[in-house]
Order: sequence, then C-alpha cells, then structure tokens
Amino acid sequence: MIPVQRDIGALLVGDLAERLPGAVRQLTHSCGECSLHVEPAHLTQVARFLKDEPSWRFTFLANLSPVDWLSRTPRFEVVYHLRSLEFNYRIALKVDVPDQTLSLPSLTGIWRAANWLEREAYDLFGVRFAGHPDLRRIMLPDDWEGHPYRRDYPLAGRAAQ
Amino acid sequence: MGLIDGRFEKNVATDAVDTVINLGRAYSLWPVAYGLACCAIEMIHTTTARWDLARFGAEVFRPSPRQADVMIVAGTVTHKMAPILRRLYDQMPEPKFVIAMGGCATAGGPFRTYSVVQGVDTIVPVDIYVEGCPPRPENLIRAFILLQERVKAMTIAKSPRSAEPPIRIGASA
Repeated sequence: MIPVQRDIGALLVGDLAERLPGAVRQLTHSCGECSLHVEPAHLTQVARFLKDEPSWRFTFLANLSPVDWLSRTPRFEVVYHLRSLEFNYRIALKVDVPDQTLSLPSLTGIWRAANWLEREAYDLFGVRFAGHPDLRRIMLPDDWEGHPYRRDYPLAGRAAQ
Repeated sequence: MGLIDGRFEKNVATDAVDTVINLGRAYSLWPVAYGLACCAIEMIHTTTARWDLARFGAEVFRPSPRQADVMIVAGTVTHKMAPILRRLYDQMPEPKFVIAMGGCATAGGPFRTYSVVQGVDTIVPVDIYVEGCPPRPENLIRAFILLQERVKAMTIAKSPRSAEPPIRIGASA
C-alpha cells in the first residue's frame, strides 16, 4: 500500500523537531509530495538523520538540482529529491544557498550519488559544494567560462551576443 | 600518391593516371563512422539492403579515421565534441572529404544554444551539405554521387587545385 505523502510530511517534521530543533524552517506541499525547507547549517545533520533513521531510511538520492531565482535573495536554492525504497516514501529537501559563499556542504559522504549530481550543479549553476572530493565540470568542456543554466546567461551562448 | 602528386604539368600521361586513380578513389569512398544523433540512424539505413550504399562503393564504414576517405558528420556537434571531431579529421589521410549531414551539422539545426556548434564548417572544411532533419537516405546517396563527380575531376598534376565551393543539396533535389 502506498502511504499518503501528505501524512509523512507532518510526521517527519515532528520527528526532526525532536532530534534537530530549528533545522526545518517550513513544510510545503505540492502535487501530493512534501518539501522540507532546511537551514543550510543543518543540512548535513538532516541528511544523515533521514538516511540512517530506521523509521525513514531515505537511502536513495534520486536527484539534486539548483534553482536560480535571479531576483530573490538568496538567489540560489538547491533541491534534493529523496526516496525511501524500504517504505516507499518520497520527499524533497530545499536548501537556500548563502549568497556570500554560493556554497553548501557536500553530501557525497552520505549518498555517493551526490558526487556527479553536485558536479553537475556546479558545472551548470556555479553552486559550490564544500568537501566534495572532485568538484570539476562534468558536462561542459573543462575550459568553459560561466555557468549556462543561470538565468542571466544568454541562451545562445556568449559568442552570439 | 605523394611521389608523383604535383610534380608534373598537366599532360596526356597525367590525364591517363588521373582517370585510373580517380575511378579507384570515387568508387571506393570509405566513410568514417561519425554518427552523433538521429542522422546516424538514417546514415545506417543508407547502408542497409533497402538503399544499399554498396552500389556506389561507399559501404565500408571504418571505425578508424586512418582508413577513411570521407567523414559524414551525422548529427549535432557540441562544443565539447568539436575538438574530437577536428582531431579525427586531422587523422584522416589525404585526399579527404567531409559531408555535413542534416541541419545540425550544417548550421546547428534547431539548437541555437550555448552548447551546440553552429555549423561544422567552423571546424572542418565541408564539401557537401545535405539538407533535411534528418535527410532521407536518398539525399545522402545523392551526396555521394555528387562527391564522386568531384573526385573524378581531381588531378595529380601541378595545375592549381582550386578550392571548390561546397555543394548544397536541398530536400527537393
């Protein structure tokens, strides 16, 4: 039986509030799934908790993608899509990237899948991940300048300007 | 052909040698397999029994550029792929030819984006542009026939080999 996603959001927030007070700023719902808005300082702890806690077991980092809000402060947000294969849960973690550093802690030590996903995020958005073992470009040529998925990057490339 | 190439003025003997060499070259054009996107599927179809590129002597697709005469750039060339394409072209022995197959290889196709090369002619000299998205096998075969005509006009004599303008094949051709 597939559990109702809305329910696990509230449960999860309660659980996290107990273990890591102040880590979750907000809980939102969209399309039957819940998103936890997490403070950047608590990201590593929250991720570790979600993966290791026997009642949640979010062992699968399905996707990771930054969002460029351009006019907002802070400008970038990173969304982590997690799955618990054991319990068939699906959630998203949303974390604001501090404008000063444009950097978040790397989660490669928790989910190995984060390695290439964080490289992709760095390559296309220029968001850095502190503690990543090999933060190089992954899609674009190594000598590329700029980060083309940013909203202020010209669609046809710099050469077309 | 390095020993005699460009050593003589054009004369009866070079004409005879030209005829033999050019026939050999024109009817055994070996393409380097350079499929990059959907055009590659049409390129592969062109070699199958239904269209049978072997009728024109060009069915021997080589995985190594060192054994190939003509490069069919079949698909979308990205900026990351561009240096590799150039390197493979440089590894091909002379005389060598390039067919830009389809809209992407010709001018970037629908991808007017930061990552796609806007025409492979910015990297290598192109002999024939084939229109289509992707071009039908008949169009690619026509490119080979026109390329054969061009090869048959070549000469080993000293007469200046003018850089010939590329041929453009329309979908209606």
